[in-house]
Amino acid sequence: MQPVSREFKIHSSKALLDEKLSAALARTQDGFGGQRAAAVEALPEFQKIRERALRIKNHTLEHLDYYLEKFEREVQAAGGHVHWARTPEEGRKIILDLCEQAEARTVIKGKSMVSEEMALNPALEASDIEVVETDLGEYIIQLAKEPPSHIIAPAIHKTREQITELFSENHAQYGLTEPVTEVADIVHEARTVLREKFINADVGITGANFLVAESGSTVLVTNEGNGDLSSTLPKMHIITAGLEKVVPTFDDLSTMLRLLARSATGQEFSVYTSVFTGPKRNTDQDGPEELHIVLLDNGRTEMLGNEFREMLRCIRCGSCLNHCPVYGSVGGHAYGWVYSGPMGSVLTPLMVGLGEAADLPNACTLNGRCEEVCPMSIPLPRMLRALRVRQFEEKLVGSRVRASLGAWTWLATKPRLYQAVTGLGMKMLARLGRKNGSIRSLPLAGGWTQARDLPAPEGETFMQAWARQNRNRGARQ
Amino acid sequence: MKAVDKPASTENPSPSVGLFVTCLVDLFRPNVGFAALDLLEQAGARVDVPQAQVCCGQPAFNTGDEKGTKAIAQGVIAAFEHFDYVVAPSGSCAGMIREHYPVLFAQDPKWSGRAEAVADKTWELISFLNDVMGVDDISASLDGNYTYHDSCSGLRELGISHQPRNLLSAVRGLSCSEMKDSNVCCGFGGTFCVKYPDISERMVNDKIRNAVDSGADYLLGGDMGCLMNIAGKLSRDKVDLQVYHVAEVLADRTDVSPIAGRTPEQRTRSEDS
Repeated sequence: MQPVSREFKIHSSKALLDEKLSAALARTQDGFGGQRAAAVEALPEFQKIRERALRIKNHTLEHLDYYLEKFEREVQAAGGHVHWARTPEEGRKIILDLCEQAEARTVIKGKSMVSEEMALNPALEASDIEVVETDLGEYIIQLAKEPPSHIIAPAIHKTREQITELFSENHAQYGLTEPVTEVADIVHEARTVLREKFINADVGITGANFLVAESGSTVLVTNEGNGDLSSTLPKMHIITAGLEKVVPTFDDLSTMLRLLARSATGQEFSVYTSVFTGPKRNTDQDGPEELHIVLLDNGRTEMLGNEFREMLRCIRCGSCLNHCPVYGSVGGHAYGWVYSGPMGSVLTPLMVGLGEAADLPNACTLNGRCEEVCPMSIPLPRMLRALRVRQFEEKLVGSRVRASLGAWTWLATKPRLYQAVTGLGMKMLARLGRKNGSIRSLPLAGGWTQARDLPAPEGETFMQAWARQNRNRGARQ
Repeated sequence: MKAVDKPASTENPSPSVGLFVTCLVDLFRPNVGFAALDLLEQAGARVDVPQAQVCCGQPAFNTGDEKGTKAIAQGVIAAFEHFDYVVAPSGSCAGMIREHYPVLFAQDPKWSGRAEAVADKTWELISFLNDVMGVDDISASLDGNYTYHDSCSGLRELGISHQPRNLLSAVRGLSCSEMKDSNVCCGFGGTFCVKYPDISERMVNDKIRNAVDSGADYLLGGDMGCLMNIAGKLSRDKVDLQVYHVAEVLADRTDVSPIAGRTPEQRTRSEDS
């Protein structure tokens, strides 16, 4: 999708007024947050697993070239193909060419955030290929023509009433006459229509949660089993993944899997964990005839070499979104691109450009809850601050902010002058607030007083009072 | 200024403490500074307040201005390095000195050692009293229920959570009623709250709803930034929940009006009119 992160302020303000969205976000955060806490509580060795995962991923990133080449060799040995895409454009082209080769008219998809990075669906549709998302959440937002608002729960912002309406609008063509209101009925309706699509599709495209170097396998976790159908029914299976998803061995994989579902939804394990190694073999009953893996860089190798390397540890569990009070206030769409919440605020500027997403690193209170719950211990606040340093150095910070910050810093390095100036200022402010103990509005403080009163100062500053008392003390002695 | 080679051991019953007042306490709430002085002296410390102090540098740091941050940080280091301990009535400012100064100067051979030395002996007030000075005797009283807001930097950078609750349990007449999500950010975030006022407002609304639902009479915390944000919103919404810094309660300095609140006389006057 085209990034619209520049409009973060507009979209976040709108989101704050959307009561249905607020209710949905509160439910999501309470639900996922509470379930994660219970899952972590129930596993005393969680911290140990976390430390082990950290070592595995650091080691892998240290030797990423080796493990990726190993992965490629093993994929080839199993009869599959690996394609390297430096940019989203390259990724799109590779996949379009493969679809053309397969004479594809219908493509079914499992949820893949990397395909969102590539803006793949519009490109396929422009080539007259019907694209059907098969993850229920993704299917719902496809009907609504919206991007995902959460990396693991893409339709979290939709209420059941809205979903009922979407099905009524879009499924009349398949013979739906009555509104579907119950969850079971919604699922049944989607299954009925999707089953036909599964059977008739020419190509299946899925993402991958992990790549296992030792065997050339890709691993996909889902709760709906749609990934299995997307990958085994069509003649061609295309897997999209970021190139940081590799782990050395199955043993390492099991460590990661123990963290992933617990951190994401609080499940011990996702319902389906599917491992794909090569295309259908002669002895297999089913499976795709061709298997292609498209590995996307899109800024990742650059991150490998700078202060954002640790971001490549991310396993896309969504825990940072589920615990971020800013995400919980504005939801995923406000962030304006594929990824949202804390991880999105780091990735988006690095992938689409800092100038395109200048608000994202700043729209954060640096409260640190994301880092606390991150299964991969990614120092997200430190990275958001590092992006702010870049912004400041690249003069992407507005001249008014720079000027006032500069003046303040200048004053703050001259304590005597600072104390004289602030002493006067506080005396005046105290006078303004002496009636109510607080000040309702103040020139140049609109950002503060828009939402809240300014507590009135006592009048005398601490440093003045301290100096006076010391003088008195000295005079008495 | 003479440098102290080795930091005081915890066995030293009367270590020298430099009080880092913090800019918000200095300007808006000197009562917290004097409460800190009282508490530190009662605990046996020899306290001084260096005149050459302003701010820890967070506004510059969080805006990405490393050069400005360093200039301010060097002033702090020079003003405080001769004390056995540096103590601040704020988890956020203490966290800045303790966690971020060493990283800031890591590549600077001239300053890295000094930054680390100051970082190692810097403490947030309440955890210093509880963990270092072993304070258990609190002679303060306040009638009612309090709910405690865990400020983010103190909680996550310095592990401050049980210390204030422990010391507050010794205040006569005071009982605790925890709120939901006490460890979730109040929406202050330094410049965040003026850059994104409407998101900040949503967050402080959530905080206030949880605090009010707890049924508490007082909302207490250890960081002026959060407390001014919460108290300012309570004042705007005319919600009757009194906000104090933990130090004010522990030092029995609650005879002043609560933050952003009116004194008892002001209340009576407005009720009469």
